[in-house]
Parts: sequence; C-alpha cells; structure tokens
Amino acid sequence: MSATGWPLVLPIITPLLAASLAFGLRRWPLLQRSVSILGMAAMLLFTVQLLGLVADHGPQAVAVSTWTAPFGIVLVADLFSALLVVVAAFTGLVVALYAGAEVGRGRESHGFHPFLLILLAGAAGAFLTGDIFNLYVWFEILLMATFGLLVLGGEKVQIDGGVKYMALNMVATILLLTAIGLLYGMTGTLNMADLHIKVAEVDDPAMLTVIAVMFLLAFAIKAGLFPLFAWLPASYHTPPMVVSALFAALLTKIGVYSMIRVFTLIFTHDMAITHGALGILAVLTMVAGVLGAAAQTDMRRVLTFTVVSQIGFMLIGLALMTRMGLVGTVFYMLQDILVKVGLFLAGGIAVRYAANESAYGRLGGLWMNKLWLAVVFLIPAMALVGLPPVSGFWGKLALVRGALEAEAWILTGVALAASFVTLYVVGRLFVTVFWKPAPALTEAEAQARAAYAPTRGDMALMVPAVTAVAVVILGLGIFAEPVLALVDQAAQQLLDPTAYITAVLGPDAVPPAPTLIGGVR
Amino acid sequence: MAGEQIAETGAVKAVRWAAVAVPATLAVWFLSMIPAVESAPIRVAWDWVPTMGVDLAFRVDGLGLLFALLITVIGTFIFLFSASYMKGYPASGRFTFILLAFMLSMLGVVTADNLILIFIFWELTSITSFLLIGTDFKNPEGRRAATQALVVTGGGGLALMAGMILLGEAAGTYSLTAILEAGSIAGHELYGGILVLVLIGAFTKSAQFPFHFWLPQAMAAPTPVSAYLHSATMVKAGVFLLARLHPVLSGTPEWEVTLTLFGGVTAVMASVVALRQTDLKKMLAYTTVMGLGTITLFLAGSGEAAVMAAVTFILVHALYKSALFMVAGTVDHEAYARDINRLGGLARAMPFTAAAAALAALSMGGLPPFIGFIGKELIYEGALEATFAAPFVIIMALAANAMMLGVGLILALDPFWLNRDRRPHLGHHGTVHEAPPSMWAGPVLLSLVGLGLGLFPGAASKWLIGPVTAAVYGEPVPVSLSLWHGINAPLMLSLLTFALGAVVFWMRNPIRRGVAGVLWAMPGSADDVYDAFLRGIHAMGRGFMRAFQNGSLVGYMWTLLAFTAAVLWATLIGTGALANVPMPSQLPDLFLYEWAVVGLIGAGSIVAVLAASRLLAIIALSGVGSGIALLYVFFGAPDVATTQLMVETLLVVLLALILLRLPGFRVTEKGWRRSGLLDGTLSVALGVAITVILMGVTAGTLDMVIPDFYAQRSVIDAHGRNIVNVILVDFRALDTMGEVTVIALAGLAAYALIKLRSDGDHDKIASAPVTAPEKNRETV
Repeated sequence: MSATGWPLVLPIITPLLAASLAFGLRRWPLLQRSVSILGMAAMLLFTVQLLGLVADHGPQAVAVSTWTAPFGIVLVADLFSALLVVVAAFTGLVVALYAGAEVGRGRESHGFHPFLLILLAGAAGAFLTGDIFNLYVWFEILLMATFGLLVLGGEKVQIDGGVKYMALNMVATILLLTAIGLLYGMTGTLNMADLHIKVAEVDDPAMLTVIAVMFLLAFAIKAGLFPLFAWLPASYHTPPMVVSALFAALLTKIGVYSMIRVFTLIFTHDMAITHGALGILAVLTMVAGVLGAAAQTDMRRVLTFTVVSQIGFMLIGLALMTRMGLVGTVFYMLQDILVKVGLFLAGGIAVRYAANESAYGRLGGLWMNKLWLAVVFLIPAMALVGLPPVSGFWGKLALVRGALEAEAWILTGVALAASFVTLYVVGRLFVTVFWKPAPALTEAEAQARAAYAPTRGDMALMVPAVTAVAVVILGLGIFAEPVLALVDQAAQQLLDPTAYITAVLGPDAVPPAPTLIGGVR
Repeated sequence: MAGEQIAETGAVKAVRWAAVAVPATLAVWFLSMIPAVESAPIRVAWDWVPTMGVDLAFRVDGLGLLFALLITVIGTFIFLFSASYMKGYPASGRFTFILLAFMLSMLGVVTADNLILIFIFWELTSITSFLLIGTDFKNPEGRRAATQALVVTGGGGLALMAGMILLGEAAGTYSLTAILEAGSIAGHELYGGILVLVLIGAFTKSAQFPFHFWLPQAMAAPTPVSAYLHSATMVKAGVFLLARLHPVLSGTPEWEVTLTLFGGVTAVMASVVALRQTDLKKMLAYTTVMGLGTITLFLAGSGEAAVMAAVTFILVHALYKSALFMVAGTVDHEAYARDINRLGGLARAMPFTAAAAALAALSMGGLPPFIGFIGKELIYEGALEATFAAPFVIIMALAANAMMLGVGLILALDPFWLNRDRRPHLGHHGTVHEAPPSMWAGPVLLSLVGLGLGLFPGAASKWLIGPVTAAVYGEPVPVSLSLWHGINAPLMLSLLTFALGAVVFWMRNPIRRGVAGVLWAMPGSADDVYDAFLRGIHAMGRGFMRAFQNGSLVGYMWTLLAFTAAVLWATLIGTGALANVPMPSQLPDLFLYEWAVVGLIGAGSIVAVLAASRLLAIIALSGVGSGIALLYVFFGAPDVATTQLMVETLLVVLLALILLRLPGFRVTEKGWRRSGLLDGTLSVALGVAITVILMGVTAGTLDMVIPDFYAQRSVIDAHGRNIVNVILVDFRALDTMGEVTVIALAGLAAYALIKLRSDGDHDKIASAPVTAPEKNRETV
C-alpha cells in the first residue's frame, strides 16, 4: 500500500486494533475503558484528517492489498463519506465516554468495548468501501456487533428485542446478498465505480430495475423504512440508553448511506420507479414514525419512533435527486446522528433520576434543579423538530426548499405535517420530563431512585459527553455555512460522480455523464 | 399569582433589575433612529449562510421602527414591572433571561431584511414564548397553555416557512428590500399558495379565528408575560407580517375577502366573549383578540385610509393594552384577586393604579382627547372607504368599538370606583397598599403617552404614523392626524359608539348572563376542537401500533416478507422484466446425488415451514444450510463450503441458546395448519420470484473480465493455484478479514450470553441494571 492510502485505512483499523487491545484488557476495566476512549479519539483525529484531504484534493481511493480496481477491493472517500465518518467517530467518542457511567462493570468486562469499537470500525468500513460485496461484509460485522451489544447483559427484555432484531435483519442480509450476486451476474463486477459504467451496458434494463428494487428493499429494512421497520421499535428501547443512543444515531444511517450511494452512483437508469418508490416509502415512513411517536407514553419509545420518522424525512432529497434536495438529505443525515445521540443520552440522564423508568407517569420535576440537563435536552429536541437556531433547521429548510422547488407538493405537505406532529410530541416530552412534577414516591422508591441517580463520578463522564454533543448541534446551527458549503459540494459529487469514478478507475474510465431525468413529483 | 414564596439570592434580584437596562438602552437607540428613518430605511447586512441564501440583513423603516419602539419602550416598563412582580417566583433569574431572549427575537422579526431570517426569529419567539407561558410550570393549566401555544403558533410557523420559501422563489430573492421594491406578486402562479401559507402563519400567531383560542389560555402565564406578549409583541408579530407583506400580497380580491372575513369575525366574536368574562386578565385577553381582529380587518383594504387606520390602531392598542395588563397584574398582586365580581373600591388605596386604569381604559374606549379617539375616527374613515363589503365592515367596526367602550368602562370603574362594599374583603385581611412605583410607573406613563399623542397628533403623524403608513402602503402617504375633523360621518359614528358603549356598560350584568347562556349552549369551543384533534392523533397512533407494531415477531416477519414479495412481483410485472425471462421447457439434467441434495434442501424447507416446535424448525433449517454447503462442494469451492458449515453451526448454537430463554411455543392444531399453509404460500411466492429473477439474470452472458483476470494472475502474481483460495485471502482479503471478525463477534456474543445473565445474579451485570425488568417488554 502506498503512503497515500493510510488516511483511508486508519479510520477503519484504528478501532479494530483498539477492539483487540480492549478485549485483551477486559480484566482491567479502567485501562480497557481508556483504550476505548483513546481509540475513538484517535479515530476522530484520523477521520478529520481524511476530511481535510478530501475537501482539499477531491475524492480519494486506495486499492487494498494493491489489487487495483475493479479486480481488488478499493476504499473510497468522497465528501459524503468523509463527512459521515467524522460524525460517526465523534459519536463513538461520546458514547465511549458516557458508557463508563452507564453500562456497568459486568457488561464492560464481557465485551462491551470490543463490540462498540468493532461497530465503529464497521460503520467506517461501510462508509468508505468502494465495493458492493465488501459493503455487505461490513453490514454483517455491524449486525453481529449490534446484536452483541443488544443482548449483552441477558435481561429477558433484551433477548426478546435481540431475537426480533436479528431475525428481521437477517432478511435484509439475505436479500442484500442475493441482490449483489444477481447484480454481479448481470455486470460481472462488484466495484461500485465500475458498476456505474457497466449498468449502462446491460442487455436487460428491466431486470436491472428489479435488482435495484431488491437493493432498495434490503437497505429499506436496514434503514428502518415503513413497513419494513418493525425490528427497530422492537429492540431499541431494551438495552442501556447509551447503546440505544449509538444505534439510533448510526445504524439506520448506514442503511440510508447505502441507499444514497447506490441510488446516485449505480441505479439512476429508471428513476421513475426506483426514486419514485423512495418517495413513497419516505412519505409512509414519516407518517408511520410520527403516529408511532404520538401513541407512546414512554420516553424511550417516543425517541425510538422519532428515529423512524426522521429517516423518512432525510430520504426526501434522494427521492428528488436535485442539488438542493441532496444538500438537505446529506446535512439532515449528518446532524440527525448528533441529534439522536444528544437526545438519547440526555434522556438517559433524566431516566437515571427516575430509577431507569422511562414511562411518562414516572418522569418529571427536573426543571428547577437540573437546568443544565434541560438545556442539553432542549437543544437536540429543537433540532429534531427543525427549529432554529440549531442544526436541524438548516436541514429541514434545504429539504423543504428542495421539495418545493421540484414542485413535489405531496412530499412537502407530508413533511410539514410530520414536523407538526413531531413538534407536539417533543413539546409534550419536554413538558413531561422537566415541568410536570415528579410522581409521589414511597420510601423504598425514593431510596431506589437515590441509588440509581448518577454519582459525581458518573457525571464527570456524562456531562462532557452530552455537553459536547449539544455544543456541536448549536454550533452547526449558528455557524452552518462552512459545513453547508462542504455538504453542497458533497451533493454535487453525488449528482455527478465523475470525480469519484476518476479516483477509483483513473481518468480514462469515465463515460460521458448521463442525463438525469428528475426524481419523483 | 406567585405560588410559593421562596427565599431568593441577591444575584437573582440583581439580574431582574439589571435586565431593565437592556430594553431601555435599545429604546434610546431606536428613538435616535427616528429622524434618519423618516427619509430612508436604515439597512445593514452581513454574510451568514450564503449557501441557503440567508444573510444577516436588517432593515429599519417606518413599520419596523414603530414595532421596535413598541417592543423596547413597553419592554422597559415590563421589565421594570417584572422586577418587582416576579419577586419570590421560583427561578426568576432564568425567567428574566428567557424574557430578554424573547424580546431580542421579536426585535429580529421586525427588523430582519431576509424572508428566512424573519422566519428564524419568528420561530424563536414561538420557542421563547412557550417557555414564558410555562413559567408557572407547576400549574397543569400553565403547562397545557404553553404546549398549546407552541403547537398552534409553531404549526402556523411551518406553513409560514413553506410560504416564505415559495415567496422567495416567486420573487427570485429572499431579500425583503428587493421584494418590496419589486412590488406586488399577485400575478405569479404561486400567489394563491403563498397567500394561504403566509396567512396561516400570521393568523395563528395573531390569534385570528379559528386559531384564537390559545391566547386566552396563555393567560396562565404571570402578568408580565401576558402584558408583554399580548400587547406589543408575540401576537403583534402576525399583524406585523401582514403589514410587512402588504405591498407584496395585498390588492387582490383573495386578500381583501379573506382578511375582512377573518378579521371581522374575530373582532366581533372576541368582543362579545370579552363581555362574558369576569377575570380581568381573561377580559383583556379577549379584547386583545378583538384588537387583532380589527387590525386584520383594516389591513384587508388597500386604500390609504384603511392602512392608516390599521397602523394607528396598532400603536393605540399596544399603549393601552400593556398599561391595562400591568394594572390587572398590580391589582392581582396587591388585592389578591382579579375577578371583577370580587373587586371594588380600590381607588383610594391604589390611586396611581386607578388613574392609569382610567386613562388607559378611556383611550381603549376611544374617547377624546386620547389617541384612541383618533384611532377610532380613522377606523370609521377606513370602514366608510372599504371597497369590499363596506356595510359589513362598518357594522363590525361599530359593534366592536361599542363593546370595547363598554369593556373599557367596566375595567376603569368597577374595580376602583364602584362596589366599595367589597373593599374590606380584599388584600391581606382587608389591607390593600399601592404597589411599588416600579409597578405603577409603566401603566401611568404609557397611558399618559396615549393622552399626549392624542393632544399633539401632529408629532405622532410626522414621526410615527406617516413613515409607517408609507412603509405599509408602499409609497409616501400624506398623513395628518387631528382630533377634530369637523362634523362628518366618522364623528356621527363615534357619537353612536359612545351611546351604545354606555348602554353596554349599563347593561353589563344582563349581557354577561346572556352571553354566558349563549356560550353554554354552543356545542363546543375551538379549544375543544384542539383537544379533539390531539385525541384524534393519539387514536390514530394507537391504531397504527395495533396494526404494525403489536409485539409479534411472526407478524413482523410476515409484513416484511409479504411486502418484499409483493414489491418484487409488482416490479417484475410492471417493468416487463418477467416477459424477458426464458422459461425452461424440461427438467435440468442432474446427477442422482445432485437431485438428492436438492431433495434435502426442499425437504428441509418444507419441514421448517410445517414444524410444530422451534427446535425441529432449526434443525430442518440447518439441513437446508448443509445441503447448500454440499452444493458448494460439488461446484468446486470447498473453502466456501467450510465457511458455510461453520457459520451454520454457530448460528444453530446461538439460536438454540436464545430460544431456550423464550416462552413456550403454543398454537392450536387448527391455527398451526392455517399458519403453515399461509407461510408456505408466502415462501413459494418469494422463492419463485427470486428463482425467476435468477433465471433472467443467468440468461444473459457473464462479463468475464474480472474472472479472467483472476485466472491469469492467480499463479503469477498471487502465487496460489486454488483460485477460490487466492480470491479469499489475497484478491479480496478485506472481505475475509471482515468475515473473520464476524465469526469472532458471534463467538464473543455467545460467550457473553452464556456467562452474563440477569437471572438471580444482577451484580454481575452492573450496579445499575438497564430497564425496569418486564415493564419494558414490547407491548402497546
């Protein structure tokens, strides 16, 4: 591997190496935790370096084991990928930090940190790979790592969630693998840049559309789209909040990432069907998510359903396939990762004051004495609704503007209606957690609550983790321009993948850019 | 009413008092702009988010300046009032910061020069007002009112966002100055949509019927909040927007009819309901709704008189309404009551408050020589010139004004001068003191301003009303306000108003009973509709949960697979791909042992579908897996077969471990048969779809570039004779590393599942276990 390949490899192998080290150190919890946190910090550093490289010099690619594309596997970073790995690494760091105050020694010594680190490696791998089969492998790693985190601790409710998670996700895995095999059968290649060229030459474009729909279905399960989302609300509320936070932030986004990658780089030959279907699924998912959230009276479940509705939201731009739409999609996706971490972690602290009970009836009374918590909760909550001056606003503005510019009235209408219900749901959640008085407690309950409340040591980990997320969300709102400018370029690269293909296959491989027929209306 | 009195630190007190300096300073700053603005708008701009076309551009013209002055001048007195009133309130320091943030957001709305920037500040006022209305968060009514205000104004904000984006698109820019210069967009194809969306935003914010209900509910907030939000700020944002965009959107029948109807209905409905109220704050709340309706009614017109009437009334209303709200708060604070039926005879004990109330209420009633009189005359002048439904407008205006005078007389007289016998039951054991000067200074000064502007209308028209009317009207308008216009139609209408107002005051008790009876007979209020709407959303959510998220894995799996099968078949047929698939005419030519493996896979599948126990199903499935592994062997890929077998084995072990921890598998035989049949049908539908696709794909020729490359380079470059091996460990080594990781993870997960269980050994997991066990099991 040439020296220039390292920036692409480091974000993946750093967490993998840290995972091995953490596994070896599992009997020394503090040391292990330090390795985990330092590993994440190093990963963040390397991803920022990668982003700088891509921002300055355009998409980067490296042939792993020096077998050049399309024969070996390549890692590729365009701006979209590079931005995502940065946010993922930041999320990993926050979660590793917070976990020390939440998951307990038992979980830590039974593989929590290796699972966490490998999950992050899996996310980075999925974002950076330029090979469709390799993407599948990263999905498998993600699946096993998340399953491990989900059932770690072995509480009955966790197993229940874990089985549903695994079973439903296996369908996606099998569907994806089948689709990849079939696509290889039609094109003879697995390299995504090469696929961009080869799909234009297939004999049977109709069958190619069928395969594209198979990819769509597989990624729709992974992304949690209605009606394929059932695994998500069935499992996300069962593990410790910090694990839910990680899942809510990253997992579905990897499905969304894959959709965006595949439906901008490979399958743009029949957008009336593929992107039309995406638009319909986006509408259904927004509605399903907010209805589910409105029906819940338990904070964990409410937050879980907001994951679903937001996925629908961020797909609007992909369905539209316009510059403004994709700007909205990419920016919304990046910031939603942070919003989910922020909400689940701040919610996690609130829940700790209620002896880990998250039903609305058991929460309340934190406004007077937990002002800091209210602020770090309110900031991601506002971003979730898309209110200014935090990050979510810009994403929503770009998406709605993109939809209106494309005269996609139904998408716009449903998006605004879903925002409206989200506003109500989030308002109610805030009122319940902070303003409503805490329930009357028996002596024993009060003692239990005192035992669960975060200790000073816990807070030393939780406060910096949660504050950092809130600061970034607010910062992305107020100083949005530098990131939005990058996202704008990322959207441009997605719409015109010439630079991506040149980076992978060299300048001679690029065919004339296809004319894009607009997406859904 | 302060809930519990708590000791407060000096810092909190200092914050409350120091905060007064902010609006005061800003007020002086804005006052100093008056001469400059008279000639041309002041503009400044900085880059902010050019990617989205949003810059930090501000523009102070007549309209913006009038509002900025109302916000800061009235704000100064509100902060002064609040410094005393909020003493002893929990977290009053935090409250003061939120109030400041709210004030700055309001200033942003009225001075922003970019459509999106206006919207950003608009939403900030919604959020901060949510927090302000919920100041009394321990009171359930306060929490409900805050959520309601957020939902109504925030919901309207969403419509406004779409409206602003569309307006930007129609105009080709987000710059307000450029849009105002370009003038009306009434001819644009998007005009209708823009109008509806912007009006929803403005009507929700300004509490126009049918969105008016949140405003009276918001009276649950402490008085400084009510006084500020409902006189000069929050609710005025809506009419500000209508005035701001008047040159761009007005002048069409759509605009005129909509505003006339909604404004007129709002004004009359609110003034009738106001007469029904006995709570001072509620009474003021409904008169606020009435005032907003009147302003909307006159913004409907595009004539000079109508616009002048609207902007004058904005000023008049803000002055007397903020004064009266503070009076109500002062009475509440000192006499411990704010119900008109309990108050009386307070004039001697609270002379300054009583004087302020009288001055403000007379301005509200539109008596000379107050500015309110001029405002009323202008209203009649505007009404007489109305181009759409002039009789309706005149009657609406007359009715609303008469009732306004009645309410004004009630507010000025009843609590202070009449009913002296109630005096001993008020306050602390009958002792009522005048409030501290910080609390009565605002009402007295603001109502004196109302008097002063009435006495010197020339100054008001030159410095304020003139530039504002010009800004709203779109071009300079000759404005000269005066008390005496000679004997003309407006004066006659005024005299009629006085007579009717006196009657309303005289008959106030029968009227109150009558209105109460009518309201009681109504099937439901808008507030009930709001509740029903939310109940509807909840019910839909629960229905959705029952249908799609009911906790049954079998149900989830069915939905997933059935949807997949349906979509695949639909695409196969819809794209015409199915027609291209070559159908085989005869059975394939296989060896006997190959048939045996096919049989094993088929039998395993059938048994798995029909199995009555989970264990049997798992074993059958592993049979299928092993059969597939055998196929790999036949086709010369022993390495792949080994991997397949390993994963298969691990999976069986893992699944078995998990299944042991699940509750039993009980179905009736009939139910099992039926489900077996359905499952079988689904499996066949899905399996056939995949098979058909596979046949279609294999019918084409495989591009051999990459396989040929592997065949050529395997020995030379990779030094391996088994191509599969070389692919696994060299050409695609990264995949293999990944798969190794998967297997390691599976092992680790299995290990943790076996070693770390919750049963009876909680300490192992953590000092803090995850969930309240069982309670979080996935059920609706």
